Amino acid sequence: MSEFFRVAWHIVRKDMTVEIRSREILFTTLLFAVSVVLVFSFAIVREGRAPDDVAAGILWVAISFAGTLAMGRTFERERYNDTLRALMLAPADRPAVYTGKLLGLLLLLGLVEIVLVPLVGLLFSAPIFAYPIMLITLLATGTIGFAAVGTLFAAMLVRVRSRDTLLPVLLYPITIPVMIAGVRGTAALFQATPDEPMARFWIGLLIFWDAIFLTLALWTFEPVMTE
Amino acid sequence: MRKLTTPFIGLSAGMLLVAPWIINAAPYESTMGLVQKVFYFHFPSAILFLVASLICGVHSFRFLFMKRQSADAWALSAAELGLLFGALTLVTGPLWARKAWGVWWVWDPRLTSSLLLFLIFASYLMLRKYGGPGSERLAAGMALFGMLNVPFIYVSVNVWRTLHPQTSVVPTLPTDMGIPLWFCFAAFTMLFLALLTLRATLELQRARVEALYLAEDEA
Amino acid sequence: MNRLTVVDVARHYGRRKALSQISFTCDAGEIVGLLGPNGAGKSTLLNVLATLVTPSRGSVQYGDRSASEGGAEIRGMIGMLGHDLFLYPELTARENLTFFAQLYGVTGVAGTVTAALDQAGLAERADDFVSSFSRGMRQRVALERALLHGPRLILLDEPFTGLDQASTAALVARLQGRQQAGCLIILATHDLDVADGLLSRAIYLKDGRMVGTDTESRGLADRYRRAIQ
Repeated sequence: MSEFFRVAWHIVRKDMTVEIRSREILFTTLLFAVSVVLVFSFAIVREGRAPDDVAAGILWVAISFAGTLAMGRTFERERYNDTLRALMLAPADRPAVYTGKLLGLLLLLGLVEIVLVPLVGLLFSAPIFAYPIMLITLLATGTIGFAAVGTLFAAMLVRVRSRDTLLPVLLYPITIPVMIAGVRGTAALFQATPDEPMARFWIGLLIFWDAIFLTLALWTFEPVMTE
Repeated sequence: MRKLTTPFIGLSAGMLLVAPWIINAAPYESTMGLVQKVFYFHFPSAILFLVASLICGVHSFRFLFMKRQSADAWALSAAELGLLFGALTLVTGPLWARKAWGVWWVWDPRLTSSLLLFLIFASYLMLRKYGGPGSERLAAGMALFGMLNVPFIYVSVNVWRTLHPQTSVVPTLPTDMGIPLWFCFAAFTMLFLALLTLRATLELQRARVEALYLAEDEA
Repeated sequence: MNRLTVVDVARHYGRRKALSQISFTCDAGEIVGLLGPNGAGKSTLLNVLATLVTPSRGSVQYGDRSASEGGAEIRGMIGMLGHDLFLYPELTARENLTFFAQLYGVTGVAGTVTAALDQAGLAERADDFVSSFSRGMRQRVALERALLHGPRLILLDEPFTGLDQASTAALVARLQGRQQAGCLIILATHDLDVADGLLSRAIYLKDGRMVGTDTESRGLADRYRRAIQ
């Protein structure tokens, strides 16, 4: 078991080292996410004010768009010198490789969310500090569900020609339940009078989805990745 | 199964031909009147839509984990039929909704997840078409995730309050509404099974032709 | 692992036959060459031997273990130098080797990496980014990466591409050293001059099929040309 996490940890560290050197994926993803928030805000604002409940939706749309971009880019790196093949060749457990890539993606998205949430709070006067722990849990569980499926699909599509267009096409229909739960839960917390039980319900549902998606992804990673 | 396809198609064609009269003979539902009769087509389509998803999921599992090559043909066939019956459901539904609820569409859990399942079928087929060689395995992996949607769709109307009738409505229908329903249901199911088998057989034969082609110049 | 047995291996991509009817056996201590023109299936065959690609038909036996049951254990016995080198350009040579050593579960990572760097003659450039290396230097790092975990089966895909005289000689020496240590080396190449004298056995591939085998070590070029006609 510790072998599993050891391998995953080494992969995360390697990805972090590469990323820290160039910071390419982090900056481009961050900038893209902020652009999405701004574009949607401009589109929706009327007479200088945005309608209520929009903040949560915009936040999660930005996370999902930016996340898809980041996933594509991290696996593009592994395609460059065919290093994905080297990872598959290792005597390590294949699901450990998946877990390593997933954790790296989660770290990246976490950093993006640290910037996005205050931005959304600022632009829409959303009470992001009212229930910080619940908000963080919501964001974490939603992002995990989304990233779990996304990492699998991005890895699957690495050798496919139209991978850039196919990734969102495959990913969004399947992860929309997660997105809906994330948006509804966040909206419940951003309301004028926050609805805690509602948010708790959605968190519960997200944890349920996460468990199922993670299990299925770990299970299918090896058969789907072997040619 | 293969031998039954012709009688099934014949029977279902005949039944669907007769169906309008049988549906006409059914009593009017108290609040919705004539429009409610779309239900006799909408309900079987919807159920077969979900069934297609389960079949696709099961065969994708067999293909991926139990390495059964033939399962892939059934998964593909089920996905195409899922798209067809999903389209039927998503067309008959709004037609009914417009008259019964006043709107073409509402974003309630059942409609939303049904639409998503339809999109999942579409993207499955797109992956198979544009994914290049080896895309069958990838699509099979994806189908497993798609299949998870199905229980969600079924249960969603019971968990959330919604305009959609609950799942307890069907078993409690009066007999003179039950008969046309099960009649149409039988017709649609036979059609579904016949088409499923035909498509899968076609796919299996295509694979066999390919194997023959590949074996052609081997001594 | 003493013997590699390949029985009637075929690999199809739709209607394209990348490999068909490949059967051969080789033993530890041999250097086997896969020779053939571009598109002959050499890379595909190497990928099959590396368990990265499952054959459409046939089987591969590694000693007494078959490919389908072995999994991680078999991969632990294999070291591969691919055509694309499998190195991260944004990491230094040392970091690349350290990462793969850790991934492969090598004990005494630091020591192994230093030894590998010395073997490659790159100890002074160890902390430079791989992206700044020449092709030959990258090749040397990549080779050491493949050998970090002491594999018994070494697979190389076109290892002599773009190497100068000195690098080629160094590579040949390294391979012969491994051969004497009892490893089985299989390499794909179309550099006949180097292959001549290095190989203990040659397998000629054309259009995915074996068109001949050879155990004479000299005069390869002529026999190859005749076989590939």
